[in-house]
Amino acid sequence: MLPAPDPGHHTEGLHLVFLATPAQVRDNLVGMMGLPPLSLLADDGRGTAELVLAEVLNNVAEHAYADGPGPVEVTLTPGPQGVGCLVVDHGRSMPDGVLPAGRLPDDLDIPLDDLPEGGFGWHLIRSLTADLTYRREGGRNRLSFLLPSSG
Amino acid sequence: MQLQTQTRPKVISISVLEDRIDAATAIQFKEKMRDATKDGPARVVLDLARVQFLDSSGLGAIVAVKKLLGPDRVLELAGLTPTVEKVFRLTRMDTIFTIHPSVEVAVSHAASA
Repeated sequence: MLPAPDPGHHTEGLHLVFLATPAQVRDNLVGMMGLPPLSLLADDGRGTAELVLAEVLNNVAEHAYADGPGPVEVTLTPGPQGVGCLVVDHGRSMPDGVLPAGRLPDDLDIPLDDLPEGGFGWHLIRSLTADLTYRREGGRNRLSFLLPSSG
Repeated sequence: MQLQTQTRPKVISISVLEDRIDAATAIQFKEKMRDATKDGPARVVLDLARVQFLDSSGLGAIVAVKKLLGPDRVLELAGLTPTVEKVFRLTRMDTIFTIHPSVEVAVSHAASA
């Protein structure tokens, strides 16, 4: 699906809706990175934005829509402190209605077989965003966060 | 997912010829790595110089390959681009791998070892 600029915004925001599958997430991410507001970020900020959005959208594809793919809606709004992001889906709620902690083992000097192969996603999201907020509302998941312009 | 493998007497180097290892390709990457490292030297260097983007699924797959190799073989990394380096650093997975600036440097270490 081609991302369409939202005609209601004059601040070069971006609004798009697509089917949350791994392949569509990848294609839409690549598309998003080439358009304002993300295309206007410095290299480091672009890399961070792509990583955070990939983690958030892949979580939607893999967990919220574990029973089968559904639509996800992404709204990006540039502001003085960075790019505000809102991601909405109609899938399953977060476990217990709260965001996963995303905690990694304190000590990584552990046997090979005990090394984590997952759980990195929420750790990255929490490390790289500000104002991370989750709400379950009217059968929808609403995740909002800020991609800070510095750092 | 395309990998290019070069086997030397003491080290096998594998270059990822893709610009992304992400949720859409992580499983394929892991399977191709398993095939590429089935036999050969104990030391494996994974060249990530062309990879511009790695997400948590891709990172998990690289850790999984390290585990697949078992305790008698070793997986080292080379040529991390800035965003990829950031993923390793933020998750502290940079502490469980030997990381070389480039595959050439990694291989020259092997020659002098």
